[in-house]
Amino acid sequence: MSSVTVTEASNGSELLLSTSPHLHSRWTTKQVMWFVVLALLPCVISAVVFFGFYQLLVIAVAVIFAVGTEAFIQYLLKKPIAVMDGSAVITGLLLGLIVPPHFSLTFTALGSVFGVAIGKMVFGGLGYNIFNPALVGRAFLQAAFPVAITTWTMPSYAVDTVSSATPLAALKFDGVATAVSPLIIGNVGGSLGETSALAVLLGGGFLLVTGVANWRIPAAMVVGVFLFGGALWLLDPAAPSPVFHLFAGSFLFGAMFMATDMVTSPVTGKGMWVYGLGISLMLVVIRVYGGLPEGVMYAILFMNAFVPLINRYTQPGIFGEAKA
Amino acid sequence: MKKQLTLFNEYKKGIWDQNPVFKMLLGLCPVLAVTVSAMNGIAMALATTFVLTFSSFIISLIRKLVPTQVRIASYILIIATFVTVVDLVMRAQFPALSKELGPYIPLIVVNCLILGRQEAFSSKNNPLRSVVDALGMGTGFLIALASLGGIREILGSRTLLGLQVLPDMFEPWLVMILPAGAFLTLGVMLGFLNYLTLRNKRKTDEAQLAHHPELPIIDTSIRQG
Repeated sequence: MSSVTVTEASNGSELLLSTSPHLHSRWTTKQVMWFVVLALLPCVISAVVFFGFYQLLVIAVAVIFAVGTEAFIQYLLKKPIAVMDGSAVITGLLLGLIVPPHFSLTFTALGSVFGVAIGKMVFGGLGYNIFNPALVGRAFLQAAFPVAITTWTMPSYAVDTVSSATPLAALKFDGVATAVSPLIIGNVGGSLGETSALAVLLGGGFLLVTGVANWRIPAAMVVGVFLFGGALWLLDPAAPSPVFHLFAGSFLFGAMFMATDMVTSPVTGKGMWVYGLGISLMLVVIRVYGGLPEGVMYAILFMNAFVPLINRYTQPGIFGEAKA
Repeated sequence: MKKQLTLFNEYKKGIWDQNPVFKMLLGLCPVLAVTVSAMNGIAMALATTFVLTFSSFIISLIRKLVPTQVRIASYILIIATFVTVVDLVMRAQFPALSKELGPYIPLIVVNCLILGRQEAFSSKNNPLRSVVDALGMGTGFLIALASLGGIREILGSRTLLGLQVLPDMFEPWLVMILPAGAFLTLGVMLGFLNYLTLRNKRKTDEAQLAHHPELPIIDTSIRQG
């Protein structure tokens, strides 16, 4: 058991949340959060390289509004202002990286405010939220501005941009499959931070090696995609192959940065496997049978809702107790 | 025996203290389903108030004649009669509105606000008091539906009662006229109203405490948690 979650309670004392056996983590919340920020930098760079400097503005707006909202609400509720723990910075960065290129700054700000206010602060702030705040913000934007958020442009170094379908939409609506190699490099249409598998793996790998993100969740998701996506592919070769599932859309980004969010993922090792497999199952079902081309966001939000239940049923037995 | 309220207070309680939507969370099906615009909300609330007032009056009149075992069935029959009246009148006079509200007009029959008031109030009080109570509840319902519908209409389609209130620059939030928008708006409104109520309560508590220094100090900040 290496999954010890350390959260700093609002009064400054440390509150430990984990199942036994208890091993003290060498990380504080602040360190964990700033490590994630660091790990997201390759994605920020890839976003700027592929989609231009405007994207830096989008990400900056998302971060500023996320941090601002959190500070404002904490001020209103007369709670200690704890924005320096970096969690709001992560929410902003994540949201900035999962919107389409050339997305309106107003909408981005709105998504940030909504994600932090409704997705996090109404539940009581860091550590109490059920759903990943960045995904809540993205889901709100998807529901509020369905056209703007599905307008994709091809990566371009020129000033004028060409709108294009994402590889997943191309496959779903036009039956055109995209080769895997551009997906790995990231030279395809898609949300800012998720197009380049290379950048995501770089940042995600850093998180896994340092132990900030638990390896079980991404591992379970990859296994799940091969299991469920592979089964469907074997039954019907027209369905996307598991390798395509793996590299297309926001699967890797979601697996590395969204699903591994300590607050909204299970605390037990067994639970993490259940959670990751569940996300993959939902994802494959949405991608293959659903009306939407992409399902990572809804799959993770869906499984977020089950985390308390998963935690309850994967509680390890008390040492010395007879097995049921 | 509880002290009887004055008639005015009987009316007033439905608006705030026992507001059917904001305090009792009753009749949420129409509240969430039809409030895509302020007009729909107002029409729904007026229809509900009509049914509530008349059925409260009739049920209060016959409250001593109906055996307890069959009271629910009798109440539903009376309510259904008035709902049919509303439905037919709306279809004849306001066909467009009737079409927009769709099945939610006939569904007033099973609105728990209406049956709830009959059970809790009309079956125990005289006709005058029952009508006043029904009108109060109806007013509270109207305020809730109109404000909810108004907010959703402004944000979801830039208009209020069909008139454009926000500039074209403002991109309408489609989510507000979807079911999810109803839940979001209601949740945020409830949270805000509860916050106001708690704050007022704390203020009066503190004021009372200042007058009675002998009372034990209760830390109300815990409730705010």
